[in-house]
Amino acid sequence: MHKLLSEQRGKKMLLLGNEAIARGAVEAGLAIGATYPGTPSSEISAAFFEISRESDLYFEYSTNEKVALEVAAAAANSGVRSMAIMKHVGLNVAADALMTLAYVGVKAGMVILTADDPFMFSSQNEQDNRYYGKLSGLPVLEPSSVEEAKEMIKHAFDLSEKLQEPVLFRTTTRINHSTGIVTLGDIAPVKTTGDFVKDPFSYVTVPAVSRNLHVKLLKHWDEAKGLSEGSSYNFTEGNGPCGIVCNGVSYNYVSDAVKDLQCEDKVKILRVGFSNPMPEAVVKSFLKGCEKVLVVEEGEPFMEEAVKAFAQEEGITIPIKGKGPGQFSRLYEFDPAMVRRVLADYLNVAYEPAGVVDVSDLPEIPQRPPNLCAGCSHRATFYIAKQAAAGMETIFPTDIGCYTLGVLPPLSTADFLICMGSSVTTSCGFSKATKKKVISFIGDSTFFHSGIPGLINAVFNNHNFTLFILDNGTTAMTGHQPNPGVEMERLGLSGYGRIAIEDVVRAVGVKEVTVIQPFKVKKSIEAVKKAFEYQGVSVVISKEMCTLYAKQLKLQRGQRYRVTDKCKNHRDCINQLGCPAFYLRDGKVQINPMQCTGCAVCAQICPENAILPIKD
Amino acid sequence: MASSVLGEAALLSDIPVRMSEIHGMAQRGGVVESAMVFGDARSTVISDGEADVLVGFEPSETLRALRKCNKDTVVVTNLEPSPPFTVAIGKGKYPDLDELQKLIRAKTARLIAIDAVKLAREAGNELSVNMVLLGALIQTGKLPIKAETVKEAIRSKTKQAFVESNIKAFELGFSAAQTERN
Ligand code: SF4
Repeated sequence: MHKLLSEQRGKKMLLLGNEAIARGAVEAGLAIGATYPGTPSSEISAAFFEISRESDLYFEYSTNEKVALEVAAAAANSGVRSMAIMKHVGLNVAADALMTLAYVGVKAGMVILTADDPFMFSSQNEQDNRYYGKLSGLPVLEPSSVEEAKEMIKHAFDLSEKLQEPVLFRTTTRINHSTGIVTLGDIAPVKTTGDFVKDPFSYVTVPAVSRNLHVKLLKHWDEAKGLSEGSSYNFTEGNGPCGIVCNGVSYNYVSDAVKDLQCEDKVKILRVGFSNPMPEAVVKSFLKGCEKVLVVEEGEPFMEEAVKAFAQEEGITIPIKGKGPGQFSRLYEFDPAMVRRVLADYLNVAYEPAGVVDVSDLPEIPQRPPNLCAGCSHRATFYIAKQAAAGMETIFPTDIGCYTLGVLPPLSTADFLICMGSSVTTSCGFSKATKKKVISFIGDSTFFHSGIPGLINAVFNNHNFTLFILDNGTTAMTGHQPNPGVEMERLGLSGYGRIAIEDVVRAVGVKEVTVIQPFKVKKSIEAVKKAFEYQGVSVVISKEMCTLYAKQLKLQRGQRYRVTDKCKNHRDCINQLGCPAFYLRDGKVQINPMQCTGCAVCAQICPENAILPIKD
Repeated sequence: MASSVLGEAALLSDIPVRMSEIHGMAQRGGVVESAMVFGDARSTVISDGEADVLVGFEPSETLRALRKCNKDTVVVTNLEPSPPFTVAIGKGKYPDLDELQKLIRAKTARLIAIDAVKLAREAGNELSVNMVLLGALIQTGKLPIKAETVKEAIRSKTKQAFVESNIKAFELGFSAAQTERN
């Protein structure tokens, strides 16, 4: 049985934040879940995917976040509890659905999990998704710890049912990827099927209907305000004259700092866990007892602005600080020492910072940036593209996935990236606005996610570029989740469809379609050269399974290779491929047999034919 | 793996524990940093200069993480280098191991530097490097967790086939740290 399905009420378990969230949803009787994978939320979905094979939970990897949110929205409007899980930028993709779903509302509890990523450990921006609560008029809940996350997610379903609105559950990486001790509760029975009762004047958002629905949303907003006021997730601690308003992980740093600085008697803390709508009356009465207030929150001054507005309404003129020089930044994530330092200053107490060892005299430590795996098919495709484009002036729009690592030398095949699917669409713009050859890269999962509309646009508007679709048979970057092109039978799963990328590309009208096997280097270069010559939209589908995935599936790998003494040390292999299986010993290139996967790409490009298979 | 065993051992000993992990694309060769906080602190992150113990699985990475230490920190490190790819393409020089140890020793309370790969091999499983280092970590006495409890956690957390070699590796690490002291 899956560990998160344990019926042992009261049992203590060490769980990752994401596992605790999944468990909380299971305890709440979640019936339908949908996601598009994205760090730092991915383990929630991974857990649901596994659990769904052993329980009544229906879970799907949807093609993108908008799809996931809409699947969940229909379920919740049919009376079954649902959840859509995504990373923060995923909510941008789903925002169109979100805004009007708020008008329509839900019947059964629906939770939208948005995992924000301050510091951008694995994201392209660090936007603060609490603002989606404000923009849509939906409630936002934010836990401070792993154990609280489990309880709060259950409350989120109840809250959603009470308000008849979806609830945004906002985490940050340090909740998702922290581990803590969680106490298991009872698992509620799952209501797997409901019914949808026709009522077009509530559900079909034509203008005349939406005008009424907006009135309803504002009524729900007022109700949400009342619930936020009384919420046990908005609580105060202490009775001192200096107010501190905090949320999420900042609350932990504040609590620890107050203890370390031994200034419990100086502060009064308001921890906000139900942060949209902000609990107005709670904040106002909190302000009245304070001489000054400091707002501690990662990201944007979301609470700070609200607190200042409330103070203005009450005519309270005490200093209210938060973001600004000497206080907190809108950039990156916080840490305990940073919060302690600012707090010591704010409270005017002595503080001896930790004596960090002097690192100024350490020798330079070589960087260890992430790199495409040894034997990764993307490396071969990038090499092929560059060889075929030799002599051309190029622009390489890229997309989101492992292949974004092509940005690093020696591959250097990434020139522009903003979001999922942007490789195809920015290629349209670059090819119109410049005279350079535009060559772009998109992965299979990203192609299904949001590449297809761009490709249709390119065909319709007759743009001129070559798109590589890197089909490695999985969603590699986020941990090898399925996508619509994946052979699910390999995972022992039946009952799925399978979409061939080539069929899609031809069906949308691309005339020049080439399929290559990137480990056949010469043949591929010739084929790609032809694709590059084509005037109009040409697509190259580069098909080879992700080697890490192949290893997980225990598929046989090829013979390993070694560098023989025919090597004349040109180092074309290292300098052009940059495969991490290479290393230098006494100035000579060697291949680490533990890392070599036998893709044989280096063997094909060595001008001396010095790289040969190891004979067992 | 080492942190999940240690977390489990803390759970068995009724000691509050929190951890957080940042995997800088670990599987693609990036750096993984785990923080473990024992006791009743709420934070799951350790700021620079505030670690009581630092365990490094690779010597140059131990050096890179030295900013987490203060003069009272105890450092445990594996001595077997795994040079990053940047060294192979000439974009960096791997630090000298003797100098590295000298520097860490001079700046911290104690350095336990062991060839964990060799000991893991001796234990019969090259992949048990983490258990060797865990053994050395427990020997420092810096954590409120008994060796016996960790072994219990190893038994419950590892696949049957590896229990014996993992326990052996743990013990080898423990005694290697003891000898280092003398
Ligand atoms: S996980 Fe797969 S796709 Fe990603 S770098 Fe490794 S081999 Fe390439």
